[in-house]
Amino acid sequence: MNWTWFYRLGSPLWFYQTTTRWLPWLSLLAIVLLSTGLIWGLGFAPQDAKQGNSFRIIYLHVPTSFLALAGYFLMAAAGAIGLIWKMKLSYMIMKSAAPIGAALTFLALFTGAVWGKPTWGSYWVWDARITSMLILLFLYFGVLALQYAFHNEEAGNKASAVLALVGTVNIPIIYKSVDWWYTLHQPSTIKLTSAPSMHPDMFQPLLVMILGFYCFYVVALCLFTRVEILRRERKTTWVGELAARSSYEVESDKK
Amino acid sequence: MNSLRKQRLQVVLLIMLAGVLASGLIIYMLGQNANYFYTPSQIAQGEAPQGVFLRAGGMVVEGSLLRDPDSLAVEFRVTDGNAVLVIQYRGILPDLFDEGEAAIAAGKVDQNLVLQATEVLAKHDENYMPPEVAESMSEAYLNKRKAEGYSR
Repeated sequence: MNWTWFYRLGSPLWFYQTTTRWLPWLSLLAIVLLSTGLIWGLGFAPQDAKQGNSFRIIYLHVPTSFLALAGYFLMAAAGAIGLIWKMKLSYMIMKSAAPIGAALTFLALFTGAVWGKPTWGSYWVWDARITSMLILLFLYFGVLALQYAFHNEEAGNKASAVLALVGTVNIPIIYKSVDWWYTLHQPSTIKLTSAPSMHPDMFQPLLVMILGFYCFYVVALCLFTRVEILRRERKTTWVGELAARSSYEVESDKK
Repeated sequence: MNSLRKQRLQVVLLIMLAGVLASGLIIYMLGQNANYFYTPSQIAQGEAPQGVFLRAGGMVVEGSLLRDPDSLAVEFRVTDGNAVLVIQYRGILPDLFDEGEAAIAAGKVDQNLVLQATEVLAKHDENYMPPEVAESMSEAYLNKRKAEGYSR
C-alpha cells in the first residue's frame, strides 16, 4: 500500500501553508454561524413552557459539551497517530487540542451549573453525568501537565498520548451515563437514532450553534497548532525565512 | 505498514484495551452505587438502608402536595409507577417543582418508610417546547409522554 499521501499530510510546512489559505474563510464561517445562532436562539426562539427563558443556556451548554467530547477523541486519535507513525504534526495537534478541550469542558460545566440552580435548585450535584464530565476536565489537565512535565519533548509527547488514549474510555461513559444510572441530569435531547425531543423552532438555532462551534473549534485548533509548529520548527529554514520576511514587513510598515 | 509500526499499533491497542478493562471493572464494582437516587420501589422493597442519608426520586403524584398553612413544612408523594414514597420536607421548593413532574429528595428514611428530606431538587426531562405547543397538547397525551419520559 502506498502511504506517501499520508506522510505529506504530516508535514508541518504543508499544514501551515494550507491553514494560512483556509483560516480566513473558516473564521468568517464560524463568526456568521455563531452570531446567527446566538441572535436566533437567544432573541427569537420561543421560550420553554416550563423553564421559561433559562432554557436558552442550552445554546451554549450543548455545543460546548459536544465539542469537549469530540475534541477529546481528536486529541486521542492524534496521540495514537503520533505513537504509531512518529508524526511530528500529530503530536502538535494533540498538544493544541488539550487547552481548547479543557476550556470547552469548563464552559460546559459552568453553563450547566448556572442552569442547574434555577432548574434543579442546586449548582452542583455529584451524579454520574456531572462527575464523569469533571473527570474529563482533569484528563485534559493531565495531558497538558504531562506535556510540560518532561525536559525531553519526545517523552512528554509519548506520556500525554498514552494518557489521552487511556482516557478515551471516559467518553462513552459520559455519553451513556444518563442511561446507565439514575442521574439528576436528563437524558439526551438530541439522539442518534430518533428525532430530537425538542420543538423545531428551538432545535434549528441549536443546530446552527453546534455547526458554528465545530467551525470555531477547527479555527482555534489551527491557530494553536500553528503557534506550536513555529515553536517546535523554529530551527528549520522555512520558519527562519518566514520570520525574516515578516520582520522585513514590520520594518517597511514603520517607514 | 512495516513491522515496527504494526508493533506500535499493537501497543496502542493494548493500552486502550487495558483502559477499557480497568474502567469496566470499576463500573461493574460501582454497580448500583453510582445511581444518584433510589426509586420508590427500591425503598418499598427495603433495598435502601434506613436511618442513612440517601436520595430518592420519582414523579410527584398529582394532588399529593400538602402544605402546612403555618410553616414551610410540605408533604408529597413520589412514584415510579410501581410503588409510592411519602416525602416530608421543611423548606422552599425549587421553582420547577410541580405535581406531575419528577423530583429528587435527599434525607433519611424513617421507620414508617417516610423520607424526611433536607433537600428537594426538581428533575427536568429532555423535552423542550414553546408554551403554546404545551397548552395545545391534550392533557392525556402530556401525561402519557411524561410517564414514558420518566420510566426510562
